[in-house]
Amino acid sequence: MKEYILKRLAMLIVVLFGVSIITFVLVRAAPGDPAIHFAGQHASVEVLERIREKYHLNDPIYVQYYIWVKMALQGDLGRSIESRELVTTEIMDRLPTTLELSLVAIIIASIFGTVAGILSAVRQYSAVDYSVMFGALFGVSMPVFWLGLMMLFIFGVKLGVLPVGGRLSVGIDLERITGMYVLDSILTGNWKALTDSIRHLILPSVALATIPMATIARMTRSSMLEVLRQDYIRTERAKGLSERVVIYKHAIKNALIPVITVIGMNVGLLMGGAVLTETIFTLPGLGKYIADAILAYDYPVIQGFTIFFATAFVMINLMTDLIYVYIDPRIKYR
Amino acid sequence: MTEDTEVTEVKRRTRFQDITRQLRKNKSAMFGLTMMLTIVILCVGAPLFAPHGPHDSDLSRGLKPGFWSDDYLPGYYLGTDYLGRDLLARILYGGRVTLSVGFVALGFAVTMGIIMGMSSGYFGGWVDNVVMRIVDILFAFPALLLALVVAGTLGRGIDKAMLAIGIVYTPQMARVVRGAVLIIKETEYIEAEHAIGSSTLRIIFKHVLPNSLAPIIVYSTLMLATAILDAAALGFLGVGAQAPSPEWGLALSISRKYLVGGAWWAATFPGVAILLSVISLNLLGDGLRDALDPRLMGGAKL
Repeated sequence: MKEYILKRLAMLIVVLFGVSIITFVLVRAAPGDPAIHFAGQHASVEVLERIREKYHLNDPIYVQYYIWVKMALQGDLGRSIESRELVTTEIMDRLPTTLELSLVAIIIASIFGTVAGILSAVRQYSAVDYSVMFGALFGVSMPVFWLGLMMLFIFGVKLGVLPVGGRLSVGIDLERITGMYVLDSILTGNWKALTDSIRHLILPSVALATIPMATIARMTRSSMLEVLRQDYIRTERAKGLSERVVIYKHAIKNALIPVITVIGMNVGLLMGGAVLTETIFTLPGLGKYIADAILAYDYPVIQGFTIFFATAFVMINLMTDLIYVYIDPRIKYR
Repeated sequence: MTEDTEVTEVKRRTRFQDITRQLRKNKSAMFGLTMMLTIVILCVGAPLFAPHGPHDSDLSRGLKPGFWSDDYLPGYYLGTDYLGRDLLARILYGGRVTLSVGFVALGFAVTMGIIMGMSSGYFGGWVDNVVMRIVDILFAFPALLLALVVAGTLGRGIDKAMLAIGIVYTPQMARVVRGAVLIIKETEYIEAEHAIGSSTLRIIFKHVLPNSLAPIIVYSTLMLATAILDAAALGFLGVGAQAPSPEWGLALSISRKYLVGGAWWAATFPGVAILLSVISLNLLGDGLRDALDPRLMGGAKL
């Protein structure tokens, strides 16, 4: 086990090295002169030269790469061209929004996905099964941005029962502790802010949860069906154990093991969805941050965000795999 | 000689017939196939089916509702967008863009994925190591995010979107192919080919590739579904197709401004078009999976 973790960590370094090269080359290969991007169209030759000097743009590309990696390892990912703020500061400012949104979404997706999957497996070929599978088919095929817009139109515009965007209504104050508003309002005992922030979270988190919910439901169903075919389940039934004990005490536990990997895989995929969801509901999170940076050709942000995000994503995947080994002793990694 | 070719031909036909028979029995897969073909025919033949041109604008008929309303403008069945362009025409023409981004990206991914997966699985050793590390690196990004970053740095436009999505799906296809090859490589008939001294290329192209087609076809279909979703998502975010293209994601993005005013149709129907295309491919893909059962071939998880 220890060996496996070490091997994975070594692989992690290889992957991050590759990721850093890819991002660096991509951004450098992008059209346009970065100095002009930074100084603006009308900068004088001297100013441009000073910027090139300051940011080592005149050095050979491997020197530039070396300087960038050295700074990145010290936690300095450069400054945004648009806002002139440090990229790390901006990422940290926006991280809680995305974290809160994704956490709520993955919780919704896991609960409803597994329950739906179990129900449809236990009653295979019933009306429940067919409607769950039909719903899951829609879920995996759903363009998130369209679903978000439709929900926004129905609940926000037509019915007017939920806010159409943002994180808090105007006029509601909340002390920022973690940056996750639901948590902050509980910590400060601010109940008005709690209900308000939850109301703002409902539409985006449900929209974001749709696809993972559908994949989790499908995975749970097939895993559960697989388990129910096993010999030990047949033995238990033959022993005369009640169906409830067989399913709830034995089958579900084993069926959920592969589901955990699927949930782990979805944590990363949520990030792609977060770009769309945050854009639709104007949430100031990482997804909107990268989308805006790309539209503005803000290269330091694109570069910094990509390397930050890839690191986080690879770590999440590693953690999922480790949890998997931990809960399923049958799996031995070399 | 003639006898020989006849024998292989008969064999191939029966295998093919076997699969089509299986597939034909699967109602939802046939439904998906029919729906996809209908969508493709409607979009390719857009000039024949669309009652108006996709760019015929007239501000005086802007944001008119379709057949369901009293305010319906005859001939504009699904209503008009903010510039008064016929929504039905724009959806049919837009499908050409969205679907071709999906198809071209998939074609790229399948070609590259087969080359990478085939060499990695068949030769093993350092080739496998190098290819799989590249795959690992590309897997360090969620698909849409990588596509967004690649498309964002390459610049705007559908050609960039095609390339970006193609790059994103390459590692997935490489894994699928590699998984299949690893199993086929160990089978006895490949061993027999080695024993009679067949060349590596002959073994790969005559035996390994044809036998790994099942998982490739299944996963291509399912990947095409998500590639189309991503194509529309890039358009929606503004890095794919550019105005005045009728691309579905872009059309949706532009029309969302008018939702608040109650003009829901302009943002709704392009989304329905995306949803229907993706559903039809998912139905077909699931059906193909049941018919071809790539699990026997070691298909990778997606």
